[in-house]
Amino acid sequence: MKHPLLTLVLTVVLAFPALALAREVTLTTQMANYRGDGAYLALYLTDSNGVYKGTLWIAGGKRKYYEHLRDWARGSRMNPADYDGLTGASVTRGRTLRITLDLDDSLFDSGHEIRIDSAVEDLRDNRSDVVAPLTTEGAGIPISGRGYVQSFTYEF
Amino acid sequence: MWRTVHSIAGLLAAVLLITVATSGAILSVSPALDRSGATIPAQGAVSVAQLAGRVVNHYPQTEQIKRLPSGVIVVYYVNDGTPGADRVDPLTGLGVGSYQPSPLFRWVKDLHRAFLRDDGGRLLAGLTAAVMVLMCLSGAFLLARRSGGWRSLLKPLTGTGDQRVHSELARLAIIGLLLSALTGTYLSAVRFGLAPEPMSNEPAYPAEVTGGTPATVSSLKALRETDLNSLHELVFPYPHDPLDVYSLSTRQGSGFVDPSTGELLEFEATTSHSRLHGLILSLHTGEGLWWLGLLVGASSLTVPVLGISGTCIWWHRRSSVDRSLNNADIATADTVILVGSEHNTTYGFARVLHEQMVAAGRRVLTADMNDLAQAYPSASMLFVLTATYGDGGPPASADSFMLKLNHFHITHGLSFAVLGFGDRQYANYCRFAVEVDEALGRIGLERLDEAAFIDRQSSRMFNDWGHRLAKRINVPLSLVHDPVPSTRFKLELLDRADFGAQINAPTSILRFGPARKTGMASYLPWRGVRPLPEFEAGDLIGVIPPGDETARYYSLACSSTDGLLEICVRKQPGGVCSGFLHNLKTGEQIQGFIQPNPDFRPAPGGHPIILIGAGAGIGPLAGFIRKNNARNPMFLYWGGRNPQSDFLYQPELDRYLDDSRLTGLTTAFSRTDNRAYVQDRITEDAPTLRDMIEKGAQILVCGEREMATGVRQVIDDLLVPLGTSVDTLKREGRYLEDVY
Repeated sequence: MKHPLLTLVLTVVLAFPALALAREVTLTTQMANYRGDGAYLALYLTDSNGVYKGTLWIAGGKRKYYEHLRDWARGSRMNPADYDGLTGASVTRGRTLRITLDLDDSLFDSGHEIRIDSAVEDLRDNRSDVVAPLTTEGAGIPISGRGYVQSFTYEF
Repeated sequence: MWRTVHSIAGLLAAVLLITVATSGAILSVSPALDRSGATIPAQGAVSVAQLAGRVVNHYPQTEQIKRLPSGVIVVYYVNDGTPGADRVDPLTGLGVGSYQPSPLFRWVKDLHRAFLRDDGGRLLAGLTAAVMVLMCLSGAFLLARRSGGWRSLLKPLTGTGDQRVHSELARLAIIGLLLSALTGTYLSAVRFGLAPEPMSNEPAYPAEVTGGTPATVSSLKALRETDLNSLHELVFPYPHDPLDVYSLSTRQGSGFVDPSTGELLEFEATTSHSRLHGLILSLHTGEGLWWLGLLVGASSLTVPVLGISGTCIWWHRRSSVDRSLNNADIATADTVILVGSEHNTTYGFARVLHEQMVAAGRRVLTADMNDLAQAYPSASMLFVLTATYGDGGPPASADSFMLKLNHFHITHGLSFAVLGFGDRQYANYCRFAVEVDEALGRIGLERLDEAAFIDRQSSRMFNDWGHRLAKRINVPLSLVHDPVPSTRFKLELLDRADFGAQINAPTSILRFGPARKTGMASYLPWRGVRPLPEFEAGDLIGVIPPGDETARYYSLACSSTDGLLEICVRKQPGGVCSGFLHNLKTGEQIQGFIQPNPDFRPAPGGHPIILIGAGAGIGPLAGFIRKNNARNPMFLYWGGRNPQSDFLYQPELDRYLDDSRLTGLTTAFSRTDNRAYVQDRITEDAPTLRDMIEKGAQILVCGEREMATGVRQVIDDLLVPLGTSVDTLKREGRYLEDVY
C-alpha cells in the first residue's frame, strides 16, 4: 500500500528571461507530522524584500484553495499563466516533496529567496512557512519550516 | 415500481447510507458545541477595529483573525518565531485557550465525505447522497400510496411492527433527510465539476497603496465600520513591507484596507452565486445554523433504524412468497387463483387454497393478479383473493389488473369467486375486492359464489368461506391458515369477577398472570414466573381453546405494565371459547398470543376522549381510563342491562372519577323501568358532544357490531350541524372502532 515516505520526483524547466547559465537544482520539502489532511504548498521565488518574482511549484489540485497560500497569491495575483504546468498533488504529513528544476545562475548570491506558503483544510494558513536565501554555500543545508514544513533543502 | 426502486436501492446501499447518516449525525453536534463555547456580542456592539485593537494588545505579532461560522474568534499569531492559534474573547481580546480542531470530528468528517479514502471515496459518498435522494422520493410515493393520497400524509398511520416503525420514523425524518441528501448531492456535484463552482471574485491587489506610516489597527476607518458579526477574516500586512495592506473578507465581500489611511480598497461584493453556495453549505453542515444542524442530525439518526426495519420488511415480504407452489401452466390449468397483495400476506391464504385444490386432484395455477393471462382455455374456476391498499385502492400485485381485464377472453364454463381481505374499521372495507367482483361480473363471467370478505386476517372467517365454497364446488375443503406468528405463552387465572348471571347475560372479568412452572421445576430456586409479553390496553389476546386450533380474540383491558392480563368476556350461547373461559377456575391455565392493535388507542395530546361501549366492550375502555395518568379529559358512555347485575367495573370507575382519571360517566340500562340504550344517552348529550368534537375530541367505540352501528347512526346525526360525518372523522383517525 502506501509507503510512509512517498517521494515525488518531478522535473521542471523554469524559463527565466535572461537564460544564460542555468544549473539543475533539486528542492526537497520534508513535511512535519502535523494533524491534518494533505497540505497545499506554494514554492516561489522572491527578492530580498520578499517581493514575488516567480512561481516554482504549487502542490494541491483545487484552484479555489490557492487563495490560502496568501503571500504567493498576493504576489502572483493568482495569474494562471504564472503556474500553468507547475502544479501537482497536495502533500500529506510526513511525506517528502522533491522537485528538480533549472535555475539561472544569476539568482544565486544575489539576495533572492525561495519561500514556501502552506495551507491545510480547517487549519491555519502559513505565510512564509519557509524562507530560504539562495546562496551557493547554503546548498544542502536544511532550513526549518515554522508551519507544516519540517525542513527544506536545495541542492545542485 | 417505486417499491422496487426503494427496495433495491435501499438494500444495495444500506451499509453506505447508514455510515454516511450516522457519521453525519455525529458531525451535526459540532456546530452546536462550537456555538456553546463562543461569546457573540450584540449586533453593532463590537467593530472589527475594536476587536483587532484588543487582540493586538495581547498578541503583538498577529497574522490573521478569523471568525468561524459558529462565532468563535481565532487568532493566528507568531510568538518568538513559533506560530500559534488561540481562541480569544471578543470583548477583551484575551486568549481563552489554544485552537485545535478536534481530531475525532476530523476523522468522522473524513469518514462521512470520503469513507476515509481519497477521491474514490468522495465519489462514493456523493453517490450515496444521490441514492438517499432517491430513497426519500420513492419512500414518499410509497407513503402517500399507503396513506391514501398526498393529502392524507399527515393522518395517523396504520399497521404494526416493522412497517409501522419504518413509516412513522420516515415521515418524521423525511424533510431533514431530503435536505441533507439534496445539499450533499449538490456539494459533491460541485466537487466533481458537475455543477458550476461559484466564481471566487478575488479583488485585484490594489495598485495605489499610500505607503505612509501605519496607523494603529483600532483606528482604521474601514475596520471601524465593519461589525464583528459580519467578519470572516482579517489578514494583517507583512510587518516589514511598507506597501502591504490588510485583507478583509466579510459576509458582504472582500477587499483591502490601507494601513495608514484606513481606506477600503478594491472591494468586491460577494456574488449571489457564492452566497447561494454558502447557504447550501450551511444547510448541509449546520455551520452557523447550529439548531438546524441538530434537527437534521437527529433525522439522520433514524437511518440505521430505517435501514434495519426496511430490510426486515423486505425479508418478510420475500419469505411470504412460497415459490415452491406446484403451478400448472396457463394452457392446462383447470383452476386459477389470482392474488392481489401488498406485503404478500394474502399469498399465505392462497397457498392453503392452492394445496387443497391440488390435493383434490385439480391442476391449479396461482399467480399475481397483474399476471392475468389473456385467457385460461382449460379453466373452470377462477378465484381472486385480494387485499385493498390505502384508501380503497389496489395492492401492489394488482395495480394493473383492471387494465388487463379489458383484454381478457372469456372461455365457456369459467366461473369465479372473489375473496376480499381488509379491516372492517376502515370506511373502504375491501373496496377493491368489491370492484373486482363487479368487474368480473360485468364482463360476463358466472359467479360461483357471492364475494366474501375476511376481516383482519381472521382464520375463522377464512375457514367458514372454505366450508361454504366446498358445498358449491363439491370439493372437500378445510382451509386452515393462521397468519399470526404463533409465539404462544401460557397464562394462569389469578381471579375472576362474575356479573349478569341473573339477567341471563353472564359476563366475567378474568385476570391472568404468567403461568407458574409445575412439577420438578417449581422447586428450583429460579422457579420464578416467566414475565408477561408486552401489550397495551386495546390490543387483542388470541385464546386457543383446548382441542381447537382456531384462536378467538378478546380485547385487553390493561397493559403489561399493570403486571397482569385482564379481559372481559361475555359467555356466548354455545360459544366454544367463551364457554371454556367461563368455566376456568383460579389456578387453571390457558394458551394464547398477543395480536397488537395499535390503531385502537386514545390519541396523545390534551383533546377530550369520548369512550363509548356496551356490555363486555367496556374492557379496553376501562384499560384506557386506568392508564390516563395525564388526567386528560375522558368521558365514558356505557350501556348495560341492570345496574344490580351487570354493572361491570363499577367500583373501579368510581375510583377513577374520584382521582380525575375519568371526567364524566354516563350509563344506560336496558332492563330497568326507564329502559335506555347508550345511543339514547348520546342523543341527549348531543350539544355537549358536538362541542367537544368541534374542539378536536376523539371517539373510541368498543362492543358488538349492532351497538356500534347504532352509535354510528346517532353520531352521524349529531354531526350534521358541524358539516362533517363519522366517515370524515374516521379518516382523520378521530373515530375508532373495535367491534366483534
